[in-house]
Parts: sequence; C-alpha cells; structure tokens
Amino acid sequence: MSVDVSASETIDAAARHAIAPSRGKRPWTFYLLAALFTLYVLALYGPMICIYILSFQDVRGGLVFPMKGHSLHWFVDLFTQVRTGDVKGSFDRSIKLAVIVTIITVVVSFLAGLGFRRRFRGDAVVFYMMIGSLVAPGLVLGLGIGLLFQWLGIDASWYTSALGAQLSWTLPFGVLVMFAVMSRFDDAWEEAARDLGASRWQTIWLVVVPVLAPGLVAVALFGFTLSYDEFARSLQTAGSLNTLPLEIWSMTLNVTSPSLYALGTVTTIISFLIIGASLGTIVFIQKRRGARVASH
Amino acid sequence: MASSHIALHKMPGKPGTAGWLYVLPLVLVLLPFFVAPILVVLAASFFGTDGFGGLTPDFTLSNYTEVLSSTLTLSLYLSTIKFTVLTWFFTLLIGFFVAYFLVFHVRNPLLAIGLFLVCTVPFWTSNIIRMISWIPLLGKEGLINEALRATGIIHQPLEVLLFSDLAVVIAYVHQLTIFMIVPIFNAMARIDKKLVEAAVDAGASRLDVMRLIIVPMSKSGIALGTIFVVSIVMGDFFVVKVMSGGGSASVVSAFYEDVGVLQYPMAAASAVLLTLVLLGLISLILRTVDIRREITR
Repeated sequence: MSVDVSASETIDAAARHAIAPSRGKRPWTFYLLAALFTLYVLALYGPMICIYILSFQDVRGGLVFPMKGHSLHWFVDLFTQVRTGDVKGSFDRSIKLAVIVTIITVVVSFLAGLGFRRRFRGDAVVFYMMIGSLVAPGLVLGLGIGLLFQWLGIDASWYTSALGAQLSWTLPFGVLVMFAVMSRFDDAWEEAARDLGASRWQTIWLVVVPVLAPGLVAVALFGFTLSYDEFARSLQTAGSLNTLPLEIWSMTLNVTSPSLYALGTVTTIISFLIIGASLGTIVFIQKRRGARVASH
Repeated sequence: MASSHIALHKMPGKPGTAGWLYVLPLVLVLLPFFVAPILVVLAASFFGTDGFGGLTPDFTLSNYTEVLSSTLTLSLYLSTIKFTVLTWFFTLLIGFFVAYFLVFHVRNPLLAIGLFLVCTVPFWTSNIIRMISWIPLLGKEGLINEALRATGIIHQPLEVLLFSDLAVVIAYVHQLTIFMIVPIFNAMARIDKKLVEAAVDAGASRLDVMRLIIVPMSKSGIALGTIFVVSIVMGDFFVVKVMSGGGSASVVSAFYEDVGVLQYPMAAASAVLLTLVLLGLISLILRTVDIRREITR
C-alpha cells in the first residue's frame, strides 16, 4: 500500500498544478477535499467521543448533554447490576470465541491463499462459494445453521454453531486479504529455497510464513475484530449464553442509562489494546528482520 | 471467468490435487456452515408449519405465494432498496473523494498512511455502540437541536433527526463508508502517477484525468466496496429497527419478526427471495468487474 507522491522534475508548472505534486501552489480542489475529509473525520469521531464523555457522569447522569457530574458510577453499575445482564460472562465468551476464530481464520486463509495462487479444476466454484458466504444475509445464515443443528439434534452453543457461523464470515474476508498479500509475494524465493534443498514444509515454515507474517497479522486482526463484533450471524446460533454483541443488543432494548455508554467506552479501550498489540507485533517482526538483514 | 487465475504459472503440471489440498480446510468450513444451512433454509421454505415452531415436511408452495402476493413484501423491498441506494450513494461519494484526497492530494506519504489509519480506527469499535452514539447528537434534547435552538434558527426541536429514515441513513453511512474507503484507496494507491502526468502533458483536463484514468482504474475498489455496502445494508435489520424507532422496516427486520413468532417456513421463503435478489445484484457487479483478477493483479 505504498503512496508514491513524488512528481517528476520534468513536468511543467501547469501540469504540476493540476495533479498536486510535491511543490507549487495547491489547486482549489485540495482545499475542497481537505474540508470534506475534515468533516468526515469529525462526523466519524464526534458522536463516539460524546458517549465516552457521557459515560463518566455521576449517578444523576442521562443519555444526553449537559453532563451531570463526574464519576465511575456507570462502569461499576455495568459490572455489578443484575439488570444490565451478564456483561462479564458474555465478555469472556466473546474474547475466547474471537481467539479461536482468529487462529482458525489465519491458518485456513493462509492455506487457501497458497492454493489460489495457481489455477486448479473447480477453483471458480470455491471462489464463488466464498463470495456467497460473504454476502449471505447474516440473520438468514444464522437461522439456517440454527435449523440444521436442531434437525441434527445438536444443541446450539457459542463454541460450535456460533463458531461456524462466524467463520463463514471471517474466512472470506481473510482469504480476500490473503489475495492482496499473495499478489506481492515473489515465487522466486520459494524456488530458491527448493533449489537449496528445502523440503515442502521447510519452505513454508522458513520462507513463506516469515515473508508473509505482516499480512498474516492483518488477517488475524480482521478475524478477531469481525468475530468480537459479530452480531447477526450469532443471534440464532449462540444458544442460551450470549456473546458480548448480543448482550449489548439486549441492553439497547432494555437499559436506558449511561451504563450503555460505559460499555461502549470499555469495548473501545479493549479494541485499542488489541490494535496496539498487533501493530507492536508487526513493528517487532520488521525490526527483527531488519536487524537480521543488517547482520549479514 | 476463464482468465481469473492469479500469478504466472511458475510450476506447471498437476493442476487440481495440490490446489484442492490447500483450499480443502476452507471448503470443509463453508460446506457445513454456508452451503448446508442455505439448503436447509431452501428446504424449510417449502415446508408447512404447525404454528408452534414445528415444521411439517409436506411440499407446499403456499409460503412463496403468500410472500409474493403480499403487498407488504413490495413495500418492504421498496424501503430496503431506498436505504440501500441512499447509503450506497453517500458512502461511495464520501469514500471515493476521501480516498482520492489521501492518494493524490496529500504530499507526504507517511501522513497519507496516518490519515488513512485515522479513518479505519473507528471500525474496531462495536457497530451497535457506534450506532447508539448518535443519540446524544440527534435526540430531541441532543446537541444538534440544542445548538440550533441556541442560535435561534428553530424554536421547536426537530423531531425528524432521531427515530426517522434520516437517522437510519446517517447510521449506515457512519458505519459503512470505511468499506468504500479501504478498497478504493487500495486500488488508487496502485495507479502509477506517471500515467496522470503523461495525460496532463498530453493536454488532458482535470476532468478528463478523473473520467478516463482515475475512475476506470479504481473500479475494482468501487465494485468491492459496493458489494460490501449493498450486501450489508440489504442483510441488516438492527440499524433500521433502532434508528427508525420501529417506524421503518426492512426485508430482514420483517424476517426477524417472522422468526420471533416461529413462522419458520414463511421466514425461509422470504429469505430465499432476498438471497436471490442479492445474488442477482452481486453477479451484475461481478459481471462488470473481474474482482479476483483485479485484487491479485
């Protein structure tokens, strides 16, 4: 995803003017688009920042401004009150489920990415099956999985039916990301490894996986957040115990207090911790690789 | 789709077995959790019901005749299509120009990546939370109404802001613009700037550059974004339910009501109809753009 904005030295001033190169006066469209971008970012973050602020009200707090006092009351309320439901339990389940989904998504997407590099008989069928799985309405698929389990006499639960329902959504995303990652992978590295006598598994473990590592972290990040936030497909498949999005959903129907906002603040903090850890992993991998290259 | 293979044929021979081994795990997940459930829904759509959630396995077309003859179905589809078109239009408009701004107008590449990340961060927060975050702004005593009242533009709070079709579209655009920005940004970032320079040198106007180079070369991103946005809006029910305050319905929200009262066969029939409509739309998009080839190019 490189963004190359260096303009050629040879083009004249007028041309430079028209396509926003590295020097010269900005065209009027720059200011127009910059204004649009600023407005978009404001609309993107504004509402969310509002609820983060409102979640720190005291016991008199309501759903709208002005803010009434400051306290952590609604965070305590979130985890202690029975009427807000089983936030802690559903949170635990969601995290566990997201970790399982992430691991399966990374492994299966990686293998599928390798497989799709070359044509094989029926590859289009698999490809369109994947696209179909991606665009199928979540609630419809959820109902289908629910009925299927009912007919087979298996109890629906978050770690069986909901796990499968979520994979039918995270895997197509993962494989699409792998497509983009694989398109930048040079097959010559693999060939070189084979020429030097590496076995098929050695080639994959020692060459392909390390080269694709940042892409695999991206797939993991996708898998985790898509699962952690998955709602429609889990609704009919989670069984008797809720996942966090289902819990949030039932709260939006029952709870009309800033507890809801406190939950928003907590889930956002968790998300940021996960992004931070993932970006940290990518930086660490690249640094180590840089150090290894430098030492040779 | 004969040309839809990815890299060059570096290792000819043995087409089939090796590829299938690699995609086997994917297929083993999709068969029980996509293909089978869809077939179950298809089968259920031909079943009768005892009215208590039980299905009676007699082949009947009555579910379909009931769904297709109902005037409610038509109004549900019209309402869903209205939301889909409006959301698609605004997400495409904003997404395209945000991506264009980042790729072609921001001079510092690091800044461009940074601003791109700024756009993607809210994606990691719960959709439901992002949706309800509009309540403090759009509500009757929300920030927008209070601000308008303070400036004296209005004297009565605007009721149309929350629990209305407007609120539904705002929530959709807020959630889904990112699905346009990411693929379009990706496609645009791969356009060689020299191409634009050459066009300008040859006397192309800015409009020509946009019309003849940028848009055609971004079309894989536009198509992918469109698929995401259209399938999510058409398959959604909770944004419509919450943001319209129950005033509007969509195809899936009606489906959800049917499931709630255990009318599985009726729900299944309308689900099959929706899936067919969606498949038709998606295959139209795929016919114009060979996404698999474009992504991996």
